[in-house]
Amino acid sequence: MILFKNARVIDPVTQTDQILDIRTENHSIIETGTDLEAQNSNTIVDLTGKILTTGFIDLHVHLREPGEEYKEDVESGSKAASSGGFTGLCPMPNTKPVCDNDTLAEMLVIKGQRVGLVDIYPVGAITKNQEGKELAEFGMMKRVGARALSDDGKDVTNTLVMRRALDYAKAFHMPIFAHCEDKYLAGSGAMNEGYYSSKLGLSGIPREAENIMIGRNIMLAGLTNGHMHISHLSTKNGLELIRQAKKDGIKVSCEVAPHHFMLTDSCIENYDTNYKVNPPLRTQEDVKALIMGLADGTVDAIATDHAPHDTEDKDTDFSNAAFGISGLETVVALTLDGLYHQGKISMMRFAELLSSGPRSVLGLAPQSIEPGQKADFTIIDPELIKVVDKNRFYSKGKNSPFHGMSLKGWPYMTVKDGKIVMKEGVILE
Amino acid sequence: MSIKAKDLLSIDDISTEEIAVIMQNAKSMKQILQRDIKKVPTLRGKSVINLFYENSTRTRTSFELAGKYMGADVVNISAGTSSVKKGESMRDTARTIDHMSADVIIMRHHESGAHKILAESVNARVINAGDGKHEHPTQALLDAFTVLEHKETVEGLKIAIIGDILHSRVARSDVLIFNKLGADVWFCAPPTLMPSKASELGATITYSLEEALQDADIVITLRLQLERQDSGFFPSIREYTNFYGLNTKNIKWARPDCLILHPGPMNRGIEISYEAAELPNAVINEQVNNGVAIRMALLYIMGGGRSGDTV
Repeated sequence: MILFKNARVIDPVTQTDQILDIRTENHSIIETGTDLEAQNSNTIVDLTGKILTTGFIDLHVHLREPGEEYKEDVESGSKAASSGGFTGLCPMPNTKPVCDNDTLAEMLVIKGQRVGLVDIYPVGAITKNQEGKELAEFGMMKRVGARALSDDGKDVTNTLVMRRALDYAKAFHMPIFAHCEDKYLAGSGAMNEGYYSSKLGLSGIPREAENIMIGRNIMLAGLTNGHMHISHLSTKNGLELIRQAKKDGIKVSCEVAPHHFMLTDSCIENYDTNYKVNPPLRTQEDVKALIMGLADGTVDAIATDHAPHDTEDKDTDFSNAAFGISGLETVVALTLDGLYHQGKISMMRFAELLSSGPRSVLGLAPQSIEPGQKADFTIIDPELIKVVDKNRFYSKGKNSPFHGMSLKGWPYMTVKDGKIVMKEGVILE
Repeated sequence: MSIKAKDLLSIDDISTEEIAVIMQNAKSMKQILQRDIKKVPTLRGKSVINLFYENSTRTRTSFELAGKYMGADVVNISAGTSSVKKGESMRDTARTIDHMSADVIIMRHHESGAHKILAESVNARVINAGDGKHEHPTQALLDAFTVLEHKETVEGLKIAIIGDILHSRVARSDVLIFNKLGADVWFCAPPTLMPSKASELGATITYSLEEALQDADIVITLRLQLERQDSGFFPSIREYTNFYGLNTKNIKWARPDCLILHPGPMNRGIEISYEAAELPNAVINEQVNNGVAIRMALLYIMGGGRSGDTV
């Protein structure tokens, strides 16, 4: 039994914002209230000045297992996630081989359980081997714990196949996570097409490459009444399309990655490949719009698109460097520093974007801070100021453009199944 | 005692009363089928043409025997071996047959609505033996007949039709006849094999087999055309069978006296397991027998059997 004392509980499900004590036993919350008495067997954890919310879920990570374990694996990724404040992860299927079947999906779930730090909700491939041709076995994958489907890394080019995927997924109540990108329009671009790509002499990826497919995918959601989730949204126009679709009653949701609301393409001026990511960093105008969407509820979740790479993939010229940012261990601090402390979003909205929002996208039952509920908590120290140090990442991917940045507000503790698994950034073995 | 409409192209061409008359006649025909000498002279001197633009063994044989048992002259024309192959239009083929004084033309065609062209071009009465993804009214009649042999009434029964509804003419005729008879019809398929506005066809839609089977009185499983997988409608036979295949376990969700029907030919082990097809309540073979009886009744009624005749 653990007694958490004096936490500021932020619970988006019940809209609670209150100083409370919480008693847990085994995996569950058994009591909440003010001034709970310590009992004999209680471990007491004082959370004065800390914020306690339901465990965070990251809708979009690359764990690289199987196939590229030198970049990341279930264990290192779980540790990075737990250190970053998460209790659940959705690994993308673009592994080697592709996670397009129940055997691989189940392997990820089981490995996750063995590590025991976070729940793994595999994202199965939409099409076999992500070839964009034949649908994968959605139902068989759902049975072993897959919650969503994606051909992440690319879009499903064939519109009929995407239509069928949206239709077929309805039988199993799974969202389609769409990586919206017209590959022909994006071409071999390395960064956002605009002033900076013109100046730097790098091939550009126009925002339209993303917007066109967001538009198409939204229309298909309207046609099929299937659930379309737009991954790593980066543009103002894309956001506007989603806002309108939601007004029209289309089942569409979306996520935004922290680098897309923190950085712009101007950061690339010194050709630092840590800023190379897909979709690319956009402009100030896009950042402003995304922050607006994060605040007003158009955006459903913040997801990292955690894309760990080894040094070799990044230590080359900008055009040839790999896309991606290692994001699990900085997202909470970036969101608190960049949005909450700037007065852009409330603490309640912050918790929504990382806990209840992602849960709802996945169709998971709402989880609250109430007796009987699971004791999966993310505990935040909102005032702690710390410098990002990539060398202390649990992730094998040290590719972070935020290295050396001083940020205010960090994960303080992660509680999984009633057990304190992380404290002050350190995984407790 | 006849059918008002000249042709039977859709279940919508016949009224509930006419359906009852067909059923009544089919009962008598079934008795003939049980005789040692299964031949009556009722349609002697009448000619029946089986015009098949699409391969079929069961339905064609069923109609052929029905005609022959009734004493009619039956001629089979299959598109592959006739002048159809030489490019003759359907309207011309129809007129040619008509001018040979055919009384009834049975047609199967791979395109929905093809029968309209035939029917308006001939004096003979036309019976639809299946047009594309549209209708198969004689299958629906034999399905209803089979159900009525086991249940006092169709009214209020939950009838679950499971499988490739999108491409199924059986489903489209079944939903019409069972609705006319007052049943509660359900369609169950993966969403990719469900017509987009299926609920407006008069059925309750579900993508969940459990929901469809729950307390069902009748289950009709449809044949899965295996080439649908290659066309991308579903990922694999394995997944289809796992989520939409009828077996001895999931049939327990239905009522204990639930009948199992299948229009045939079955893919055993795919849409229906070996064991489920052999359950005592599986009436798949009866359907075949009833098919002949229903077609005899229709030929009798539409081929000039005079009112009041006994057979």
